[in-house]
Parts: sequence; C-alpha cells; structure tokens
Amino acid sequence: MTLMFDVGNKVAAKAVQMCKPEVIAAYPITPQTVIVEELARFVENGELDAEYLCVESEHSVMAATCAAASMGVRTFTATSSQGLAFMHEMLHWAGLSRLPIVMINVNRTLGPGWSLWPDETDSMAQRDTGWIQFFVSSAQEAFDTVILAFRLAEHHEVQLPVLISYSAFTISHTMMPVEIPEQDDVDAFLPPFKPYWRLDWRNPVTFGNVLSDEYHMEKRYTMHLGMEAAKRLIPDLGREYEQRFGRYHGGLIEEYRTDDADYVLLAMASVGSEAKVAVDNLREQGHRVGLARLRVVRPYPDEDLRRIGRKRKLIALDRNISVGSGGWMYHETRSAVMGVEGCDVYGYLCGVGGRDVTYEDIEQMALKVFTGDARPDVVEWWDLKQTGGN
Amino acid sequence: MAIKDLPREELMHPGAGSCPACTDLLTLRMTLKALGPKTVLVTPASCTASVACGYPKTPFGVPVLTMAFAAGGAAASGAVAALHRLGEDDVNVVVWAGDGGTYDIGLQSMSGAMERGTNFIFVCYNNEIYSNTGVQRSGATPFGAWTTTTWKGKVDQRKDMPAIMLAHRLPYVATASASYIEDLYRKVQKAASIRGPKYLEFHIPCAPGWRFPMERTIEMGRLAVETGAWALFEADDGKVEFNLRSKQILDGKTQRKPIEEYLELQGRFAHLFRPERDEEALAGIQQFIDREWERYKQLAACGMSVG
Amino acid sequence: MERYTADTTISYPCDGAAGRTGGWRDFRPVIDLTICIRCLRCWAYCPEGAVLRADDDSVSINYDYCKGCGICAYECPKKVIAMEREE
Ligand SMILES: Cc1ncc(C[n+]2csc(CCOP(=O)(O)OP(=O)(O)O)c2C)c(N)n1
Ligand code: SF4
Ligand code: SF4
Ligand code: SF4
Ligand SMILES: [Mg+2]
Repeated sequence: MTLMFDVGNKVAAKAVQMCKPEVIAAYPITPQTVIVEELARFVENGELDAEYLCVESEHSVMAATCAAASMGVRTFTATSSQGLAFMHEMLHWAGLSRLPIVMINVNRTLGPGWSLWPDETDSMAQRDTGWIQFFVSSAQEAFDTVILAFRLAEHHEVQLPVLISYSAFTISHTMMPVEIPEQDDVDAFLPPFKPYWRLDWRNPVTFGNVLSDEYHMEKRYTMHLGMEAAKRLIPDLGREYEQRFGRYHGGLIEEYRTDDADYVLLAMASVGSEAKVAVDNLREQGHRVGLARLRVVRPYPDEDLRRIGRKRKLIALDRNISVGSGGWMYHETRSAVMGVEGCDVYGYLCGVGGRDVTYEDIEQMALKVFTGDARPDVVEWWDLKQTGGN
Repeated sequence: MAIKDLPREELMHPGAGSCPACTDLLTLRMTLKALGPKTVLVTPASCTASVACGYPKTPFGVPVLTMAFAAGGAAASGAVAALHRLGEDDVNVVVWAGDGGTYDIGLQSMSGAMERGTNFIFVCYNNEIYSNTGVQRSGATPFGAWTTTTWKGKVDQRKDMPAIMLAHRLPYVATASASYIEDLYRKVQKAASIRGPKYLEFHIPCAPGWRFPMERTIEMGRLAVETGAWALFEADDGKVEFNLRSKQILDGKTQRKPIEEYLELQGRFAHLFRPERDEEALAGIQQFIDREWERYKQLAACGMSVG
Repeated sequence: MERYTADTTISYPCDGAAGRTGGWRDFRPVIDLTICIRCLRCWAYCPEGAVLRADDDSVSINYDYCKGCGICAYECPKKVIAMEREE
C-alpha cells in the first residue's frame, strides 16, 4: 500500500491503470481531460500496456469502445457533460449489447451557456440507457469504485456497462490523499476479463441483427435482471473489497447517522459529502437527522429507501433537473416509498448549474422541513434569484 | 482474373432478406469470396440490415458487428485495436456502409478512422439513395433523380467522395461496380493486401430504388460505366489509374455513350423525358459528366501524392 | 458452432435466414444445359448464390432460395436460361 496525494482525476486514472484495460478510446472535455491525458501518458511510457485511440468525437469514442468490447477485451473511457450527451445513442448500444464497459463521467452542467461547474443532469439524463450508475464523493471512493466497477460489470449475472460520476472540480481537480493498493491485490480481486460473447472469425455470429418485437422485450427483461443482480452484488463485492483492501463505502446507499433519525437527507456526489457536515452540525443542535448518500442510482435503491423511509421524513437534495418535472432523486424516491408507513418526501432543487451547495445551505433546507415550513408535495428551488429576461 | 478463377466457397448463406436482384448482396458475396473467413464486417444501419434479416438467424458466414448509422469508421478503429491486443492482426476488418453511412452521417467517423491510420477497408456500397428508409436523397444522389425527398428531382449535385478519400492520402482508394465483378474482386483482394486505411466504393444499381426492371440490374451498372456516369479507377499510393472501359474512355479509345441512354431506362429520371423532355436538365447532366471527365484526366495525370 | 451465454442479439448463420426465399419467385429460371457453355456468368452474378456450380463447372439452380430476379437469364451470353412463370 502506498499513499497518493493528488487530484481526483489523477487518482481515477491510477485506478484505471491498475485494472489493465486493453483498449481506451477518448475525446477530451473539461473537466475530464486530466484522466485521459494521464492514461495517454501511461500508455506512451509503457506504464500501461493498452491500445489508446484518439478518436474524433464522443459518439465515436463509445462506438470504438463498444466495438473493442465486442471483440472481447476490457475497455475504459471517460467523458463529461456535452460529451456524455453526444454519446447518447451509443450508450444504449453498449447497454443492450451487454458490454462491460467502464466509464467515468465528471459531472458538469450542460450548455448552452457554456459552464464548467458541477450538476448531475448530464449523468441523470442517461439513466434509461442500461448503464449501472455510481456517484462517488471522494477521490478514494472514485479509486475503489473503478476497481469494483470492472468486477461488477464483468460478473456473469450482470454483464452491463458501468458509469461512475463525480463532481467537476470539487472532486476532479481537488487534491486529496488516497491509499493505493498493491497491483497483486488488484489482480487477485479483478482477474482478466473473460467475455460471454465476442466476435471471432472462428465462431462467426452476427451481432445486433434486426430484432423483432417477438424477441425484444425479453432482451430488455434480462437487462433488468442484470440490474437486479447488481443490487445484490454491489454490497457483496463491496464487502469482499473491504476484506482485501480495508475500505467499504457502502452498498447502493451509504447511511450516515440514520439509526435513530426522524429525518434523512438524500444526496449524492459532492452534495453527499457536504451533507455529512450538515448532519453533524444539526445533530449538535439536537435534531435527529441522518443522511442516505445514494452511491448508486441505477439500479435505483428502492428497497433500501423503503426500509430507510419507514416512519421518517426524507429530504431529497437534487442537483439535477428534469425541466417540467423536478429532481430525479425526489421523484424516483417518491415512487419507491409509495405506501411506506409514515414516510414523506421533501424535495429541493439546489446547486443546479453548479452554484455551490454548502453545508450551511443544507442545514437551512433541513431546518425549513423541521419547522414545518416546507411542503412534501412542492419541490423548492433553493436560493433562487430574481428571474425575468436579460 | 477470369470468372472461373473466383473461389467456389460461399461465405454468404442463401436465403438472405434483401430484395431480389440486390447488388448490395451480390457485392457482399463477392467481397467475402475475396477476403475469406478471417474477416469481421462492421455494418452501419442500411439495407445490409435487410440482408441480415432477423435475429436469431443470419446469412453471414463471417462475424458481423451491426453498428449505429454514424459510427462505421469509429467501430472499425475499436475492432482493429482489440484484434491487435488479441494478436489477430491478420483478420480483415471491413466497414460495409451505404452512401448515407459514408457521404453523410458516417463521414466524420470514417474520416477520423482514415486519419488515425486504422488498418481496415471501408467499403461504401453506393446505391445513390437511402434505400433502407424508403429511397430518400443522399449526398451521393445524382442531380435530377427523383427520390421521396426530391419529388421533382434532386437540385444539387453529388459529392466526389473518392476524391475526398484521396485527399486523406490513403495507400489505396478504388472504385468498382457490381457489373464488373472480377474487377471488384481484384480490388478487394488488393485492398486486403495493403496495410493501413483503404477506401473502396462500389456502384450499386438498386432496382426498387431507381425504378427499373430488376433483371436489368447488371446492365444498369454497365451503362453507368459506358456513359461515364460512373468511373472505374484505383489509386495505389496516390497514383491514379483508370480501369477497363473507363480507361478506354480516358485514353480516347472508346467514346462515352450519351448519358440519356442510361437515364431513360430508370424511373427515377422519367420526369426528364415525360410528358416532355426537359432539355435544359438533360443537357446539364451531360455537361456535368463531361466536366467530371476533364477532372478525371487531370487526376490521372497528376494523381494525389500520398507522400 | 459455440453458443454464447450472453443474452443479447446474437444470431447464428444458417441457410434460409429469411425463410425459403424461393417462395418469393414469380418466374423460375430454367437452364437449357445442352447449349450452356459453362461460362459461369450466371453463377457469378446471381446475388443470392442460388446458381450452383458443380465440380465440372456445370450449373444448376437452387430453387429453394432463387428469388427469380432474372439476372442470370439476362446476363447469360448464350441466352439459354428461360424465365418461366411459376404456377
Ligand atoms: C442516427 C440514425 N438516423 C437515422 C437512421 C435511419 N436510417 C437507417 S438506414 C438509413 C439510410 C441508409 O442509407 P445508406 O447508408 O445509403 O444505406 P442503404 O439503405 O441505401 O443501403 C437511415 C436514414 C438511423 N438508423 N440512425
Ligand atoms: S432496396 Fe436496393 S439495396 Fe436495398 S435491399 Fe432492395 S435492392 Fe438491395
Ligand atoms: S433468377 Fe436471380 S436469384 Fe434466381 S438464380 Fe437467377 S440470378 Fe439467382
Ligand atoms: S451464363 Fe448461360 S452459358 Fe454461362 S454458365 Fe450460365 S447458363 Fe451457361
Ligand atoms: Mg444508399
């Protein structure tokens, strides 16, 4: 074990290197760039024995990655925001192809109005593409999750691609200390990839042929089963990881001080780490409040939320927006806890477009619920300034 | 190369889903004869999906990666990289794209794959339309042709994609035609023998899309060459050489037939002849072909250095 | 052929992927082998691979899959293939 003190993107690249992907295709976009620059350097220096493809767009990134994975090799890529949106068609492709691709998305607000700041809308807008989706809130968690993600994606019960998201700058460009395990241990946890299907001239199959309605729904159903298996496997593999490496970041949800809580904040990514501070402060003021940090949103942790939500008030802090509807976490949690005894869900839209969400903001949002000044059926736009044209 | 020398082995199984007389299928069949079984096809959305027809069966005797419409070239780069990792550099990776998947939506990723030096063959089978979606115009549709998005005839000219590929300084660029099958076969084999990115474009008469009797499909491709609407040439390391009939035309040994002989057999140009002749359009098309051949002469004289 | 365990859209090669496409035919090519010169143009230009080429380069039609397009008849230099209307 060694200690690394560096920005989240470099830490993530280090994790990828240790997973020994064979083909990496990439296209640069701030704030993801450092990851792919670092990987290019590893490959050029011989520190990573892989093929590195500089392709000409993100759509092509995912096409090249899908094709390489279809030939049966381990693949990785990273992107952000506009890049992820540009990939959309190919994200579906990867999912339905059951290709265990791992990708990092550095959450950045979508334009126009060019913006570099964090907001989870880019990832959340891809929630229906068949990718398992993690949101992590520290460089260490990013590191550990990359390694876990390959193992999960390549598990025969899962066979689905995995997206790992973390916040622009607060994670991607912030120096943090991280424990780096030995390569042998990583190799033992993550054996070489054995594909469940591949294109091989010795066994010539056609992949992606016209698929009639007679067969299509069943393909989606087995993807759903892969997601269901992931629900079980994420905590299991997490515990196995803990045994070997000594760290556990939670299953689908990391629960923080929820045991005796009357109120539970729901948050993810960097708002999740800020919310921990808010919980501590509110606890000091005597409020029985905890945090459920959603580490995984696909599969949606609905069972965990039903358990957590029993006789509690949940407060969803969404840093993403489905315009015309609200925050995804709020809505999906509401439907998950439908009928759960004594559970109300409150919703805030906060930090959309990258505005800072501090622990003080979170405390204020929580207090508004505690004092009965918020309504569970109305999502509040937090810290909204005056609007109305230019 | 004589017809008798074409290999007997068939890598396409009979019973594919394409229309009768489909030269997409014919040229696939010939291409696979030329390449043999150590081949992976990447097929962006196109009529080749109707050839493949339907899960869980396929007529293809080589692996096929169906691909998103825009992504042929990128997928080839990924496949070639993976094969390299697997120590299988001797497997041919071939993108089999329509003109839409080449001239239009596929242009960016194809150009990228060429620039990246991907060791593959990009085949554009050019039927001059989006046939799979019901005969809409493409960047390869010739001026004047009726399509379901140009009801009065296309008002723009086609691009010159082989020239665009020559400008990528590829080691091998060639055009071929379903109607000159031995030439096509030879060019595929030649492409496979060269490392690096190769571009082949096949002229593919499509009876339902162009509206002519299907048994005349091969004749239609022949007439395209004889009238000069299509030219057969190859550029080895940038050095352009015309082939067969097109060479005779270029060398002045054979006259090009008037373009009308080709146009009047096709329903897609019927409005140029009936109810009355559109003299202006017909003359314009002939002039365009004449000018194309002036350009071909220059191309043959200077080529496009690969350097 | 190895069957893959992944549940995705994997198709395996076989004859008749689109069914017995011979059933699409309106006209049936019939070769008069007495005049045929075994030039193999019909074999080369049949899109379907439905003209069968024997070891001695004699040709015959695979009626299971011939779609009746008439290319073979049109391209035959000796015009020895007749397109006869199917019953
Ligand atoms: C992104 C996207 N846009 C549109 C389509 C619909 N589409 C499928 S095939 C096709 C036309 C293909 O034309 P071409 O490449 O010339 O091949 P052809 O059908 O003529 O064989 C279109 C428009 C698609 N599949 N994907
Ligand atoms: S429309 Fe044309 S290219 Fe498409 S399958 Fe039919 S004949 Fe072939
Ligand atoms: S009619 Fe068409 S499909 Fe049938 S054998 Fe002749 S060329 Fe082939
Ligand atoms: S094209 Fe005519 S002459 Fe030639 S092999 Fe076929 S049937 Fe015989
Ligand atoms: Mg086309």
